Amino acid sequence: MPDIIKNNQDFWASEFVHNFRGNSSAIIGSAIIIFFIFLVVFGPSLVRQNPYDIASLELMDAYKPPVWLPGGDIKYILGTDGQGRDLLASIVYGTRISLLIGLTAMLCSSLIGATLGLIAGYYGGRWDGVIMRIADVQLSFPSLLIALFLMSAFGTGIDKVLIALTCVGWVVYARTVRGSTLSEKQKEYVQAAQAAGLPNRKIIVRHILPNVLTPLIVVATIQIGTFILIEASLSFLGVGVPITKPSLGLLVKNGFDVLLSGLWWTSVFPGAVIMFLVFGINLLGDFLRDELNPRLR
Amino acid sequence: MISYFIKRIFQMVGVLWVVSIIVFTMMSFTGDPTYMMVPLDATEDEIANARMLLGLDKPYIAQYGIFLKNMLHGDFGRSFVFRQPAFGLIIERMPATIEMVLAAMVLSLVLAIPLGVFAGAYPQKKTSRGIMAVSLLGISLPNFWLGMMLIFVLAVQFNVLPSSGRGTTVPVMGINLSIITMDGLRHVIMPALTLCFSTLAILLRITRAGMMEVMKQDFIKFARAKGATFQSVLFRHALKNALIPVVTIFGLQLGDLIAFATITEYIFAWPGMGKLLIDSIYMGDRPVIVVYLMFVAFLFVIINFVVDVIYTLIDPRIRLR
Repeated sequence: MPDIIKNNQDFWASEFVHNFRGNSSAIIGSAIIIFFIFLVVFGPSLVRQNPYDIASLELMDAYKPPVWLPGGDIKYILGTDGQGRDLLASIVYGTRISLLIGLTAMLCSSLIGATLGLIAGYYGGRWDGVIMRIADVQLSFPSLLIALFLMSAFGTGIDKVLIALTCVGWVVYARTVRGSTLSEKQKEYVQAAQAAGLPNRKIIVRHILPNVLTPLIVVATIQIGTFILIEASLSFLGVGVPITKPSLGLLVKNGFDVLLSGLWWTSVFPGAVIMFLVFGINLLGDFLRDELNPRLR
Repeated sequence: MISYFIKRIFQMVGVLWVVSIIVFTMMSFTGDPTYMMVPLDATEDEIANARMLLGLDKPYIAQYGIFLKNMLHGDFGRSFVFRQPAFGLIIERMPATIEMVLAAMVLSLVLAIPLGVFAGAYPQKKTSRGIMAVSLLGISLPNFWLGMMLIFVLAVQFNVLPSSGRGTTVPVMGINLSIITMDGLRHVIMPALTLCFSTLAILLRITRAGMMEVMKQDFIKFARAKGATFQSVLFRHALKNALIPVVTIFGLQLGDLIAFATITEYIFAWPGMGKLLIDSIYMGDRPVIVVYLMFVAFLFVIINFVVDVIYTLIDPRIRLR
């Protein structure tokens, strides 16, 4: 198993990089992710309009089709929505929100989940029982339903979506980290650290954490995609982000309301963007899983 | 075995009890339902009176006690919107949801297993790689969007399938079913396809992984050496052993299907429990949300139990403890 954390110098010569070069799906996945990072960072300065600056909208341009269809306008490559917003600009801003939510939710839930997993795995005993029992019960309910329920109690808002996603997501990290911690704990280096009289907290943070990081990275990558999909579903149902901060899911919902009138572009493009974004993340995640931790499925 | 069952039943009751506390607590954060019940021009006294009638003036613990007691007596409260018992509303809509989920289940199994066996038996073939790529796309794609695309292509552009509702229903033993009529079947195709897609993708991947693992083992080589044809080894010997994880995942996926049915029902205006939930969330119909959640929690607990039992039946290496 290549250890990408320790050997920084020979990283580029490692087996990991070699396998990455030979794996077309990993390369395609990374290319998609790099494209989206580029879009999120530089996108707003590349599009003509800020879709949430009401002064820049022209109601006369409402529901323009994409540029290659009759009636299309060169100003609006992917067409416009009911308020005359450039769909491309909306998608760029929406991708920012979706990706931001996915990443932040991943960070929050991995922080909480990993901490609980380390505690449960290292100390064992009663805390282990309590944490893992909660995780078991929660895992027997679909995460979408839990998130939907939480959002129906909280109301809309980006912060609330983040709380709901964190509540849903920590379980996976806790389980993965607990499992790896249990096996690391048996190894000699931990016993040596214990014999040397290091405090438990130091052993956990300095010695165990770096060694359970690999499976954590794998789970985290795949989870970003899951979070983006759940957020999109919540926003599509109108219980996710507020209308002033539309994510890709909310854009699809807005398009859904006019789909039967044949105004397909308002929903097709934002949905396709979600699909490619999550597809890219899954491609890379699959590669990382096979490469870094073949036991994880 | 009997001690296992008793232990599990206690566990299941415990889980449902915890769920009831969480659901009750969260729902009391959503604001005061009194204002939904009284007319807009109600006086202070009338509002206070209504609060008393609803029991909202009592302390939290007492409110929870009443809630639990009523539920154990089979009284789940009345919907604020429909002014009917909330539990009745759910039960009334259950056949529609079950129909759709069943159709999606059957569809995903029928498609996933043969495709998974193929992709697992010939992992190097181009077709297999294609199947795997499409299945990864299936996991990545938001299923509400897939439903909308189906509506746009099949209902708006080509007008071959209806885009909403359940179609004609026929009462069978007091339950309205639509799946047995031609019209009902036509209505269920698109929702079932939408719903089954991600389950199909996951089952396919599990079947493939299982097949690839099993095909490496000695008993497969032995069966081949014995003279069994490749086909018969594939389906008789290998598939049987590869199916064990498929059963577990399928049980877990059943929960996801019920959860995602809410979105699918919303898109296709399918008159099931999920659409009722979404409508109730929009209208703040608290009793219906609570009953839905409790009911679904009950379903999941039962499903998990059944999956565990089936698991031990098909794989004798696992013991119930």
